[in-house]
Amino acid sequence: MITENINLLTAIIAIVTASACALPGVFLVLRRMTLMSDAISHAILPGIVLAFFLTHSVSSPLLIVAATATGILTVVFVELLQKTKLVKEDAAIGLTFPALFSIGVILISRYSKNIHLDIDAVLLGELAYAPLNQLDINGREIGPVALYVMGFMFVLNVTFILVFYKELKLVTFDASLAATLGFAPTLIHYGLMALVSMTTVGAFDAVGSILVVALIVGPPATAYLMTDSLTRMLILSVIIGSINALSGYWLSIFLNVSIAGTIASVTLLVFVLVFLIVPNRGLVSIARRHIRQKWEFAQTMLVIHLFNHEGLPEAQEESEIAHLHEHLRWEPSFALRVVKNALNNRYVLQEASQLMLTERGRAKAQRALVQ
Amino acid sequence: MQIQETKAIQVTDLTVAYRETPVLWDIDLDVPPGVLLSIVGPNGAGKTTLIKAILGLVRPAAGNVLIYNKPYAVQRKIVGYVPQRGSVDWDFPTNVLDVVMMGRYGALGWVRRPGKQDRELAMHAIEKVGMEKYTTRQISQLSGGQQQRVFIARALVQDATIYLMDEPFQGVDATTERAIIALLQELRENGKTVVVVHHDLQTVTDYFDWVMLLNIRRIASGPVEDTFTADNLRETYGGRIAFIKNK
Repeated sequence: MITENINLLTAIIAIVTASACALPGVFLVLRRMTLMSDAISHAILPGIVLAFFLTHSVSSPLLIVAATATGILTVVFVELLQKTKLVKEDAAIGLTFPALFSIGVILISRYSKNIHLDIDAVLLGELAYAPLNQLDINGREIGPVALYVMGFMFVLNVTFILVFYKELKLVTFDASLAATLGFAPTLIHYGLMALVSMTTVGAFDAVGSILVVALIVGPPATAYLMTDSLTRMLILSVIIGSINALSGYWLSIFLNVSIAGTIASVTLLVFVLVFLIVPNRGLVSIARRHIRQKWEFAQTMLVIHLFNHEGLPEAQEESEIAHLHEHLRWEPSFALRVVKNALNNRYVLQEASQLMLTERGRAKAQRALVQ
Repeated sequence: MQIQETKAIQVTDLTVAYRETPVLWDIDLDVPPGVLLSIVGPNGAGKTTLIKAILGLVRPAAGNVLIYNKPYAVQRKIVGYVPQRGSVDWDFPTNVLDVVMMGRYGALGWVRRPGKQDRELAMHAIEKVGMEKYTTRQISQLSGGQQQRVFIARALVQDATIYLMDEPFQGVDATTERAIIALLQELRENGKTVVVVHHDLQTVTDYFDWVMLLNIRRIASGPVEDTFTADNLRETYGGRIAFIKNK
């Protein structure tokens, strides 16, 4: 009974964490700033460690405040470096977050005797323990801390996006217009970055600083392939994030492996799957479209060829089925299939060993030549 | 004493610099209300920067910009802006109606959502640019000319008094170009002031009634017939112009 309860709680924590992470992720993906989530998730470490030194507690709210502040500091540093124009954005990110992260690593290793933070937990987190860390109010345990923290982050993210939906959309699509209309793009930008920082630090305990990036980037990048509407992209991201979390969790129990690792792998797998099969934009439908276009184009070439020689002395020779592949320089088997398709589409008629254009085929040739 | 006519846009002593390199040097420009003005000059002349400086998007090193005698910050609502088409990501998940509706956001202010009336105004602007067949079309599936028309509709829906347009004819076919210019001329007939960054010297005299010749400095500005002269053009383009049909 107890284990079932814990399994259920872990699954719920995973789903809530994934949903909370996916929401700000949508705007990071659209703003081409997904690397920033990587930077923030690492750079908040010194904030967490310093707050831990002050409070001697891993569940103090001060940890979230300090981590958020460090997260925003990361964004400021990256942008300052970028503004010098001596360093590009990717390099600025690559310089900033290891610097901050390493300060955290040094602090942990220097004072590791006194504290219960270790690097493994920071990098990977441990979802399995999340339900055990219960929120304690007046000696009564009222549920896992992680559930409250991520539940709060989910509600906060939803509220922020609902209230500032119009502003977020405008600033993301056209920051200059937003500025001229008096919507402070910088303010919205830092509001969003604060949310990313807070969500990341909240998810830290459960999934660690590397896999949280998969939760932030994966579902929105998948949803982006599936829809043309921002609202639907937001909703789909939450749904996809939840499905990934639930199926990843179930699979990890089945295989008896790391929960966070499995969820991240499933996230990637789902992305690849959607990337391949999504209608219109997926690789499979692109390939099918190319093949269809290839046959369509070959038939157009055939009718133009016949049309150009129609009624001329050489017409008989040019419309001989057996010689077509030589004139058009096609593989014989390819030429035969094109002829077969053209016959089926009633672009041409076969008379003895020769092809004759139908009215339909003539119209097709004329149409193609006019374009 | 002569009574000064109120200028739609008044730029005085405007200098914009990136580090020590001046991009605009001591620009003075008076745009009277109700003209259709083109800003003309070679690449790197600072045309886009001038538009951005008027809109407060770049901070000037010196100088001042007034819109009907007041700073831009209090006149936002009467200025419509059409940025360069390439300045946004057209793969953004949204459709034509939605983008045009963004023109209403300024009037709505923070947090308030667009309503039925905003939607009607947006539909009206979309009809004005002849895009009514495409209202629900995803914006990446539009041609360059259609994207440009969407941007113009977005500015129209602001119902501004002054319009600033950065290369609205970029990548646009001849038919669309004529349709857009007819629209701009209609705006002028309705007393609006329209400022357009323009590249094609051949069409300046046909399309516009005022012109500003710019090459980091202001070479000249005024009515086309007085200003668009061979001498001024030579000064703007540094003798690289071989021919120009002169009126």
